[in-house]
Amino acid sequence: MTAGKREADTPPTGNREMTGAEMVVQALIDQGVEHIFGYPGGAVLPIYDELFQQDRVEHILVRHEQGAGHAAEGYARSTGKVGVMLVTSGPGATNAVTPLQDALMDSIPLVCISGQVPTSLIGSDAFQECDTVGITRPCTKHNWLVKDINDLARVLHEAFHVASTGRPGPVVVDIPKDVQFAKGIYTPPQTAPRTSYRPTVDGDQQAIAQAVQLMASARKPVIYSGGGVVNSGPQACQLLRELVELTNFPITSTLMGLGAYPASGKNWLGMLGMHGTYEANMTMHDCDVMLCVGARFDDRITGRLDAFSPNSKKIHIDIDPSSINKTVRVDVPIIGDVERVLEDMVRQWRASERKPEKQAMAEWWAQIDKWRARNSLAYTPNKDIIMPQYAIQRLYELTKDRETYITTEVGQHQMWAAQFFGFEAPNRWMTSGGLGTMGYGLPAALGVQIAHPDALVIDIAGDASVQMTIQEMSAAIQHEAPIKIFILNNQYMGMVRQWQQLLHGNRLSHSYTEAMPDFVKLAEAYGAHGIRCEKPGALDDAIQEMIDVKKPVIFDCRVANLANCFPMIPSGKAHNEMLLPDEATDEAVANAIDAKGRELV
Amino acid sequence: MNAQNLASGSAYFIASETEKPETHTLAVLVDNEPGVLARVIGLFSGRGYNIESLTVSETEHEQHLSRITIVTRGTPHVLDQIRHQLERIVPVHRVIDLSVRAAELGHERPIERELALIKVAGTGEDRVEVLRLADAFRAKVIDATTAHFIFEITGKGAKIDQFIAIMKPLGLVEVCRTGVAAMNRGPEGM
Repeated sequence: MTAGKREADTPPTGNREMTGAEMVVQALIDQGVEHIFGYPGGAVLPIYDELFQQDRVEHILVRHEQGAGHAAEGYARSTGKVGVMLVTSGPGATNAVTPLQDALMDSIPLVCISGQVPTSLIGSDAFQECDTVGITRPCTKHNWLVKDINDLARVLHEAFHVASTGRPGPVVVDIPKDVQFAKGIYTPPQTAPRTSYRPTVDGDQQAIAQAVQLMASARKPVIYSGGGVVNSGPQACQLLRELVELTNFPITSTLMGLGAYPASGKNWLGMLGMHGTYEANMTMHDCDVMLCVGARFDDRITGRLDAFSPNSKKIHIDIDPSSINKTVRVDVPIIGDVERVLEDMVRQWRASERKPEKQAMAEWWAQIDKWRARNSLAYTPNKDIIMPQYAIQRLYELTKDRETYITTEVGQHQMWAAQFFGFEAPNRWMTSGGLGTMGYGLPAALGVQIAHPDALVIDIAGDASVQMTIQEMSAAIQHEAPIKIFILNNQYMGMVRQWQQLLHGNRLSHSYTEAMPDFVKLAEAYGAHGIRCEKPGALDDAIQEMIDVKKPVIFDCRVANLANCFPMIPSGKAHNEMLLPDEATDEAVANAIDAKGRELV
Repeated sequence: MNAQNLASGSAYFIASETEKPETHTLAVLVDNEPGVLARVIGLFSGRGYNIESLTVSETEHEQHLSRITIVTRGTPHVLDQIRHQLERIVPVHRVIDLSVRAAELGHERPIERELALIKVAGTGEDRVEVLRLADAFRAKVIDATTAHFIFEITGKGAKIDQFIAIMKPLGLVEVCRTGVAAMNRGPEGM
């Protein structure tokens, strides 16, 4: 997502007079928007009226504004385009807050257009009035209340520009109803419309040279990549792969960055962090040179900060200067777009005479292979009960040769999906990383399916998360989006329970769902297809059935109720203090976290 | 994310802070548009930064630019974060840490001034004493009756603090202070 890349698919309409509502639709067309996700209401009716009278922009009707936001996020994440949502004033806008914050934390380009009460009523506590720009200020990259029709076209184009350039993020354009009716002159998009907003995209050549030199001197290097690589685009991912190939450095990735480097690649260590692999975390801990590409040293990644990779020189590539030195001090910061920086880096690496010492690299890889042999994702298979890890493995095996997109909710199933589903390409993995929004996956799958109508789109879900936005099944039916909801059903909020076991003496306070809906009947009630599977032996056939059915499916996969997600870095511990699955006895789990760690999240 | 939060807050941030907090003055040039001050203040409250003083005014009318002067306290690392976080705000043009800039220019600190209006009521001996002290502090009488004075005083914050402290026993009624206005010495702009 670099600056200046956006080009409208259609020739921009010249300056002409139109109403505010017309301008909204025209701006969407000029920005190349084909789909928007929304829910009508009093304060956006003029815009809905305009949408009705055209067929360039397709509107996807959701069942709750939160669903519209996550659908737009899924759409954006899977295409690299801006996701667009349209909501009404008051509750419409407040319901959009969760996806806005979600998009902010995961750097997803999202434009939210909201209706507002007429300007004359603003501040009077009018029906369905809320201070939308006030409420959404901290959860957007920027927002606007447009009180003058003459500002509307400019603001709409600026909104797309801000959302999609630099570090991408969500924006809100709040449009009072009288402005939607008012007439003014529409102006087509202009490049770089704002003087105060100029993201740096080109990396500093000297810093890159310094980084290359540092990498060449490494004896125990590692590349740690993140969602910024995916955001930067397919070319950035290609360059990352090229850099790994050239340097033979081991590579790990954050949750958000999965797929940028293929899971089948020989240098792949698996995901790092709290539920990352042993080899990834040990490599990070013991490395002497770390190249961080488009990641932000999130607390799920670093573990205990003062023990994070203590002996390494760190290089950090990020488009957002505030990410540099935020939590972890780095030695060589490079501010710029990942694609541009990696391009320079690859070129300089090729040109440089100096390369890492062969012997040292061989020893490093031998050490990594020892860590790999620890087999940290191992679990005990079971003939009678479906292990959740096994379910993901089978799902992967049966879908890997197709064009498959995976979304998830938040919790144990999300971590198992990240650990056991192999991602070969970017933009195929949509998950709520920063905010950890339960209920993200189902509407996100809807958005992905709208963007990729012929692809196989699966929401790997948990029984608790999926019920937070289950109503969007109705939207999937309406828009003939054959999304597959693959629920790892263990009747618990599994991750909550796991933390209660770790931190609170196994007192499972309200983490068990006593009244679970019959998901098969629920699917049928929506007009979807329901499948239940309880035995490992029947799993493959059931998954195949899910794939073959040409409509939305809810798959109730009954898994081992008390399985926990390992390996794990317990709170307040360092990368080299992981709790491994074979060591995670009840006693070890109960004592893994000390009093100090208990206060942490 | 001040030092205190770093020590006890969420997540894994239990690394102890070894740097000492400093007081710095930041100059922030922003588009003068609705909500811009809320964005700046919201950033400080949302991320747990301190504001010790805040001054805002339009400074370049033609270009609709306002200058916000913020006095804040934090470790050098936190101050750096504050600057970068401010720069992320879309209508923010430039952020200058005047204290850092002053050090680069070889000065101890930027020029910082405040203005205060101070009302003192009283009769008799105290009135003479009040006037005599006001003169010593170069405070100007801008309103008076036989029962009161209003003084206008400008200067460094410490000087105004001192003047107020002295006026307290002499019939201090009320005080109104602006925040700090600041710029660096020398011919260059910010």
